[in-house]
Amino acid sequence: MTATLADVFARVRTEGRSALIGYLPAGFPSPGAGVELINAMVGAGVDIVEVGLPYSDPLMDGPDIQAAVEQALLAGATPDVVLDTVEQITAAGATAVVMSYWNPIERYGVDRFSARLAAVGGHGVITPDLTPEEAGPWISATTAHGIDRVFLVAPSSTDERIATVCSVTSGFVYAASTMGVTGARTTVSSAAPELVRRTRALTDLPIAVGLGVSTGAQAREVAAYADGVIVGSAFVRRILQAPDRAVAVSAVADLARELAAGVRGN
Amino acid sequence: MAIESIAPAGQDASGHFGPYGGRFVPESLTAALDELDAAYHAAIVDPEFIAELAGLERDYTGRPNPLTRAARFGELCGGARIYLKREDLNHTGSHKINNVLGQALLTKRMGKQRVIAETGAGQHGVATATAAALMGLECTVYMGEEDTRRQALNVARMKLLGAEVVPVTAGSRTLKDAINEAMRDWVSTVDRTHYMLGTVTGPSPFPKMVRHFHEVIGREAREQILAVEGRLPDACVACVGGGSNAIGLFSGFMDDPQVQLRGYEAGGDGVATGRHASRFSAGSPGVLHGARTYVMQDEWGQTLPSHSISAGLDYPGVGPEHSWLHDTGRAVYEPVDDVEAMEAFAALCRTEGIIPAIESAHALAGAMRLGRELGPEAVIIVNLSGRGDKDVETAAAWFGIDLAQRP
Ligand SMILES: Cc1ncc(COP(=O)(O)O)c(C=O)c1O
Repeated sequence: MTATLADVFARVRTEGRSALIGYLPAGFPSPGAGVELINAMVGAGVDIVEVGLPYSDPLMDGPDIQAAVEQALLAGATPDVVLDTVEQITAAGATAVVMSYWNPIERYGVDRFSARLAAVGGHGVITPDLTPEEAGPWISATTAHGIDRVFLVAPSSTDERIATVCSVTSGFVYAASTMGVTGARTTVSSAAPELVRRTRALTDLPIAVGLGVSTGAQAREVAAYADGVIVGSAFVRRILQAPDRAVAVSAVADLARELAAGVRGN
Repeated sequence: MAIESIAPAGQDASGHFGPYGGRFVPESLTAALDELDAAYHAAIVDPEFIAELAGLERDYTGRPNPLTRAARFGELCGGARIYLKREDLNHTGSHKINNVLGQALLTKRMGKQRVIAETGAGQHGVATATAAALMGLECTVYMGEEDTRRQALNVARMKLLGAEVVPVTAGSRTLKDAINEAMRDWVSTVDRTHYMLGTVTGPSPFPKMVRHFHEVIGREAREQILAVEGRLPDACVACVGGGSNAIGLFSGFMDDPQVQLRGYEAGGDGVATGRHASRFSAGSPGVLHGARTYVMQDEWGQTLPSHSISAGLDYPGVGPEHSWLHDTGRAVYEPVDDVEAMEAFAALCRTEGIIPAIESAHALAGAMRLGRELGPEAVIIVNLSGRGDKDVETAAAWFGIDLAQRP
């Protein structure tokens, strides 16, 4: 078994830095290439991998991730491809979580999904459109199978709401830095530090910031106040722009190295 | 008249209808949905809001609209006594204006300056653009590129009314994708923008709120049928896209078990072909666009593309209250395919001198089926949800009328 989310956050804390969390959809641009790209990301310094489960209606995602999941679905991505991907990258040493819209998990069966994910070595699931109010069966299933549940807080969340979200969350809290969809941005929202400050007052869980981080400098800026830095669209964009698989692999590794330096304050 | 809500069957305070409904949304929207819920509940008991909305319904929409006896059309329905609830005579040409005026007033109460909407047939987009013009709000309408083509007239109407129309090129380029795009806009602009969802779908409070603003249909129809027939109808019939016109009519008769409630979904090329929008025949419970409800989906929970000649019924999900009414058996849902709908479309044109929206033609086809089943003593109310002006091109192509040729 690879390091748990708690292990990773404990380790980076002793190293005096933030964790680097990288997202890529499973099966993008194809099942085999997807695994190779994620392994390249991990080899170049990503601490936790978010494996996206491609979904037909990604209404929280901007154009880059929309394009990527569309390609992945055309190339045959299913929940089983996601689980295979987790199994393979776990075998290579990665700490993996799944990121999924709710319907595919509900359709697969919450207990079945939790059990299979645990069996292939996955550590958690991020569910951006599952609210704590609707999460009853999910909480039971993930608890039974030792899977961490990552929920989101947003700049518009009240303190009361943040407390509710944190009460059902484990592993880490995902702080959405901005009001908007995924996508690389030139600046990280000024709302993020305040959201992290408010969240920290209400929980002892590690807090990772996502949405809009795309460069080493931004990673350094966010690492100054958050326990984790989440990067997705910027990786996806490098792959979309690459003329072939070899270029994509080295572009992903280059970005991971730049970001890994950033979360170390360099 | 007081606007009073009949508690929807099985609805709880958190916005569920039995196991359906609820909220499946990014956390960024929670605060806005809470704000909307609070504004809605405060407004509907505020005499000022009630009076303002009733005034607009009367003086702007033209309510109450008539309940028209369709005797010649009734002959094609097994001789049943058919009554048409004339939502087609509302300003802007469909029932959609009922919901939009209510939500536009709420937008102003919440202090927001901009509204966005999705639209399929364009009727909700036109209604939204109309209300925005009337109340001085900015307006952006998202519409699948495929729909901008088949409802070009409504695109022009929206633009004339000052709205920005954004063609959506993602996915199947129809209503479902327009909703995705509207949601993306909303999460990014929610502090100054209200999302005027056009039907009884989506996260709570939309299904109960949109229902509330359409209950006027059922209230009027009930009063009107009692006045003319001296009794309740045997059945109420409506087409079901998201289900707003249907729930509006049904709401007036929900607690009268002797009144059958019948919803007609788009059968497209036929349910067996897979090219349809019959959620209750070929869908299963799932989550789409913020609510748990019947969804057309594959074995992995990916949404399947829907298909119908009618843009307004071409949607793979349905309002959660309909899912509950379906499961409890209070309402019965059946598909009507393109061919049957267009036969009913032609029938109403030729027997009553009324050109219906193709959406509404699905309800008319349902009435033809049901009337033959129930016989000449039956009293049936059909919700004529909209007029067919927007569909003239589609219908002309269907019936082989050459628009370019001189008579
Ligand atoms: C005339 C008309 N009827 C019905 C519908 C379907 O919507 P709903 O099921 O919400 O009434 C539409 C939607 O565009 C419409 O324009």
